[in-house]
Amino acid sequence: MGNGIKFSEILVTGDPLILASQIAILLTSIAIVAGLTYFNKWSWLWREWLTTVDHKKIGIMYIIAGVVMFFRGGMDGLMMRAQTSQPGLEILSSQHYNEVFTAHGVIMILFMAMPLLIGLMNVIIPLQIGARDVAFPQLNALSFWLFFSGAMLFNIAFVIGGAPDAGWTSYFPLAGKEFTPNVGNNYYAISLQIAGIGTLMSGINFIVTILKMRTKGMTLMRMPMFTWTSFIASIIIVAAFPIFTVALGYMALDRIFGTHIFTISGGGEPMHWANLFWLWGHPEVYIVALPAFGIFSEIIATHSRKNLYGYSSMVISIVGIAILSMLVWVHHFYTMGSGPVVNSVFSITTMLIAVPTGMKIFNWLFTMRKGRIQMTNAMLWSLAFIPTFTIGGVTGVMLAMAAADYQYHNTMFLVAHFHYVLIPGVVFAVFAALYYWWPKMFGFTLNEKIGRWHFWLFNIGFNMTFMPMFFLGLKGMSRRMFTYQEGLGWEPLLLVSFAGSLILAAGFAAFCYNIYWSFRYASRDVSNDPWDGRTLEWATASPVQHYNFAKLPEVTGIDAYWKMKKEGTTGLIKEEIEPVHMPSNSGIPFFMGVVFTIVGLFLVFEWLIPALIASFLIFVGLIMRSFDYDDGYYVGVDEVTKTEQSWRGDL
Amino acid sequence: MAGTVDKSLPMEYQTQQSQMNILGFWVFLGAEIVLFATLFATYFVLQDRTVGGPTAQDMFVLRDVLILTFILLTSSFTCGLAIHEMRRNNENGVLLWLAVTMVLGMAFIGMEVFEFIHYVDMGATMQTSAFLSSLYALLGTHGLHVTLGVGWMLAIILQVYRRGLTHVTTRKIFIVSLYWHFLDVVWIFIFTFVYIQGMVM
Repeated sequence: MGNGIKFSEILVTGDPLILASQIAILLTSIAIVAGLTYFNKWSWLWREWLTTVDHKKIGIMYIIAGVVMFFRGGMDGLMMRAQTSQPGLEILSSQHYNEVFTAHGVIMILFMAMPLLIGLMNVIIPLQIGARDVAFPQLNALSFWLFFSGAMLFNIAFVIGGAPDAGWTSYFPLAGKEFTPNVGNNYYAISLQIAGIGTLMSGINFIVTILKMRTKGMTLMRMPMFTWTSFIASIIIVAAFPIFTVALGYMALDRIFGTHIFTISGGGEPMHWANLFWLWGHPEVYIVALPAFGIFSEIIATHSRKNLYGYSSMVISIVGIAILSMLVWVHHFYTMGSGPVVNSVFSITTMLIAVPTGMKIFNWLFTMRKGRIQMTNAMLWSLAFIPTFTIGGVTGVMLAMAAADYQYHNTMFLVAHFHYVLIPGVVFAVFAALYYWWPKMFGFTLNEKIGRWHFWLFNIGFNMTFMPMFFLGLKGMSRRMFTYQEGLGWEPLLLVSFAGSLILAAGFAAFCYNIYWSFRYASRDVSNDPWDGRTLEWATASPVQHYNFAKLPEVTGIDAYWKMKKEGTTGLIKEEIEPVHMPSNSGIPFFMGVVFTIVGLFLVFEWLIPALIASFLIFVGLIMRSFDYDDGYYVGVDEVTKTEQSWRGDL
Repeated sequence: MAGTVDKSLPMEYQTQQSQMNILGFWVFLGAEIVLFATLFATYFVLQDRTVGGPTAQDMFVLRDVLILTFILLTSSFTCGLAIHEMRRNNENGVLLWLAVTMVLGMAFIGMEVFEFIHYVDMGATMQTSAFLSSLYALLGTHGLHVTLGVGWMLAIILQVYRRGLTHVTTRKIFIVSLYWHFLDVVWIFIFTFVYIQGMVM
């Protein structure tokens, strides 16, 4: 206790790659500060973004953070593939390689997939259910700043103090103090804890929003599929994240305070970490996959100009997936000696998940059948998802067989499998969603032609990178190997994989270029409904005015906006406009984010007295919030009328 | 959201925002149930791992535990009285019973701190064994929740004193009472499955 990091050890030194990063971070920070000062944008930043409680802006901040983290996690992936491209290379040391695959896993799941999907949920859900905001706008901002605080803490680890290096699963005893005595795994415990609290708050917020804020006539069984899947994902968040909260709390206690929950020396049980981790970790997969399924459902229906085939079976299958997701966690450690009975039970529950998932695949195919299909980029990503995800699913059933898993366990086969699930199942969905909803967020579409480059480079690169790993795994290459000898027959496959990762990176670069190009040159003259959409988010302006709907829409069936267009009831009568109530901005969530970062940093360094003092600021924030009786403000009829006329023409 | 006020409901439910806050808190309590369930599960896994250190029989004193339980159950009752007075729109009654609840909460925490000091004196620290690590984690989390609840109640008492019983303050009183009863329920599980079981088995 109290033997934490010393001042002289704070900055990581001695590695040229890290030195370069430190210089890059320093220069970027200076450039941002100088830029904001030069263009006089500080007050704009504070007013419009840092203190905002608008769900659309919070969503956009999540998405920006997610894309930046995608870059960071992608660089880690590139470094790994470069390191293994030839036998015996030493681009990274073994220790550095450990840190890189740990960061890659954590960042891609928790700081890339989660914020991108929660960001999209933030932007779209209130619009799809015809609401003006989420149930708790200020809590929503707090969720974002806690996520951001966790992400920043995790990311500075590699330049300040040293990065976590026990894998994204951080199994004990490896992640314990005895084997990893530096502060790296403290960062893991603390930063994920902070981000996790933010996610839990988001989950609660979305559940209440969807249950209580649906507009008139929007019954549960008329909700768009993205809202349905996000609703179920939110329920899984509330059911699963507290388990991780406790597990990370125990990890911090064991590492910082010397307790023995997971450490054998005092009677602790390392297996208990594996159980708790995957009790959260497996449902987590579905927390990110279900909203992605919702995105595909929206896009495929819209672009086929048909109702989603088998709407109610889709709902039943997501509920089924949600329940099963909590019952399969042991399949992550069949080989740890649970015995044949336990393994068999979990083998069967795992295979059962293929049933509802297969149902969804057929529903998407039947939705397209006899549809008039429009081939936009959003639709292309959705189409590419189906075969690639199926490969991931089928190899998943292979892994689900406990007996066979003794062969595949912890090999590159597994790595290939989960990339074939998560990349089509999350990343393709996010790209599809960004092309689809971009005009709703920003008022212009992304360039379709550059988008094609993005699509093809990314798809070819993805398959080239991960397909060889199936064979590498079968040839006996275990995961997380930092180097290997010649003559094992792996060299050509690993070289193809490295080449693929470069193409993959080029695809991502094309996406970034597309954003840049479209920001500068794309036409701003885009209708509120560029894809001829079916759901309510298309019933309002693009970009959406801050109050969302001048008059809350009334819903009479599934695909509400499609019906309104058919019946010619999309208009707005001037006399019906009323003042709109909106919540006020608040600085408290941002303040809490800063406080949590400071407390987190002190805890990571094991400076307990400063951490205790700083944590009083958390109570200051809670009390400030409790005594805050700001009731929001009204947007007047005149302003609403003017805004509506600007995109609808005369009312 | 200002919205409509439905006078047919109890005051804390009358606005839509209040209904959402209360529902949101119920969902939060759902998460809290998972949190405590995980803490209990860990305790059950590790309760025999005493590695030669003090065992439950060595440590627990029936009289002290009964006093703790009596204090907390009584505080739940007085918290219920506060809600009863709130429904009768009696501001002073609400303030009185919330204050009594708070004092009982503080008494509970005080006693628990003494209990912990006593344990540490007999060589039972959270570093001694896995059993004790999981015990302190469970009791400590509950105790921290009670402490937070006391601070929260103080903030609400001040607001009721300044603003009277409004849509907002009644909602806050109601939510803190849900929280308080929840902590009581958790304590009943601790009392049964940690203390009683530890002393008997």
